[in-house]
Amino acid sequence: MPLTLDARDQALLDGTAGPAAALAMRVVVRTAESMEAEHLLDITGAHIDSCLYHGQAGLDFAQRLADDGAQVSVPTTLNVSSLDLLHPELYRGDAHTRDQARALMNAYEAMGCEPTWTCAPYQMDARPRLGENVAWAESNAIVFANAVLGARTHRYGDFLDIAAAITGRAPAAGLHLDTARHATIVFDVSAVPAKLLDLDVAYPVIGHHIGKLVGSAVPVIVGAPAGLSEDRLKAIGSAGASSGSLAMFHVVGSTPEAPDLETACGGRVPTDRHTITAADLRTARDQLTTSTNARLGAISLGTPHYSVPEFARLIELLGDRRIHTDVHAYVNTGRSVAHELDLRGWSARLADAGVQLVTDTCTYITPVMADIHGTAMTDSAKWAYYAPGNLGLDVAFGSVEDCVESAVRGEVVRDEGVWADA
Amino acid sequence: MPKATRTLIAGEAHGEILELDEPLSFWGGFESETGTIIDQAHPQVGQSLVGKIVMMTVGRGSSSASSVLAEAIRDGTAPAALILQESDEIIVLGAIVADEIYGTVMPILLVDDATYRDVASLTAAQISADGQIDPR
Repeated sequence: MPLTLDARDQALLDGTAGPAAALAMRVVVRTAESMEAEHLLDITGAHIDSCLYHGQAGLDFAQRLADDGAQVSVPTTLNVSSLDLLHPELYRGDAHTRDQARALMNAYEAMGCEPTWTCAPYQMDARPRLGENVAWAESNAIVFANAVLGARTHRYGDFLDIAAAITGRAPAAGLHLDTARHATIVFDVSAVPAKLLDLDVAYPVIGHHIGKLVGSAVPVIVGAPAGLSEDRLKAIGSAGASSGSLAMFHVVGSTPEAPDLETACGGRVPTDRHTITAADLRTARDQLTTSTNARLGAISLGTPHYSVPEFARLIELLGDRRIHTDVHAYVNTGRSVAHELDLRGWSARLADAGVQLVTDTCTYITPVMADIHGTAMTDSAKWAYYAPGNLGLDVAFGSVEDCVESAVRGEVVRDEGVWADA
Repeated sequence: MPKATRTLIAGEAHGEILELDEPLSFWGGFESETGTIIDQAHPQVGQSLVGKIVMMTVGRGSSSASSVLAEAIRDGTAPAALILQESDEIIVLGAIVADEIYGTVMPILLVDDATYRDVASLTAAQISADGQIDPR
């Protein structure tokens, strides 16, 4: 069945709402055709990744829309940009790129998007509920929306996000539909020692491992402790969306569409089943480390943006200690969480300890980090995956406990004991 | 003659065939200024994609790949065409917007597994607007 448009869709396409809405609808329609959608559906919100500057093409597209008067028709949040507007002194890139990046941000604000500048819009108060259709871009946000919130978005790229926000429509295809959301591959983690599954560090590594194996399929994890925190689910999703194309997953007992294995699989028999062992996780962990240099130059936490509970843990681990003077310590977060830190008095505490907050952007996508001499350490599988290529840094992956201990001492220390077989 | 099962972006192209050993994320894995693979973990890191008919089974990774691909198409550093086995909206969107804004078409074809292997064995190929893939 070819794509059928309703009268409103056709009117937008015909230009009755102006050239910007027509261009946006052409992008939605062409995407829908590539997905073999039979019709479009209404969305209740959008999250825009296109506001991060990657060159003239993205700016030309946004300015064409904005100059032609485009306005979003649903509540729309903005992902990280290339600039930290709250800490502009950190920016070390060239002025031309900065100005282009700012122009891109301005174009999206002009179209009525909220200047949230975070890759974790799910940490804000207003977020989509179970079953709502949205158009979210940014791979970690997509997988969180689907898996953890039970909202429905396909794995969209830049440009469809704003086109859907302007038209209020998205293709009725892919992960918007029940059938595509059911799991086909089971990952059983019950053979992993319980004491490892009790630690946050297990979850980005599980996500990295699964992402490499599933391609674009939907996996379900069984054997994990019930009621995994949103931060642990965030870590699984963001890691799997970096090492692979993970856009939806289930964890039996933790995610809303997986009360049990049968429901997660939609009543069908899974096509594949994998048992994950501590040895698998050690291998996956080692893939996230490129450095053998024990000298520590930096730590970077908060990819995706750190949540309030993650900051609470960081502050607890730091105690009254300070970051070593040879180490640069960065934590990326959204401005809404940063505001919460201010209210709790935590921002000053972190600054006193030598921790630099980075808001509105992230240390691995724009030049904000100082010259780093030595290894850069992170608790994020996503950061560990991308930083060597993006920043040319040698990276060590570790738990947040490892990162804090290393940053205080000025050398890479990791607790190997937690990774043992039993 | 091999033919696409679907044309995601229809157009004409020709070039050397380059089969990627692993899926590539255009964001973080590819540099639009030079058109080369920069993913340190990719087996073909350093390889140029400029003007080639690039084959990979599936896409991978970041949403930002759409923007990077659109920029590469604008800049003339993109592949001549892409051949995939599974549709990937993130990649397709980069090509849609480059077409809409600059009128520059980078064809994207979907093929089945047998056709994929046939085409991968060619040195160079010519792609027609109807999805026909001919040796060249």
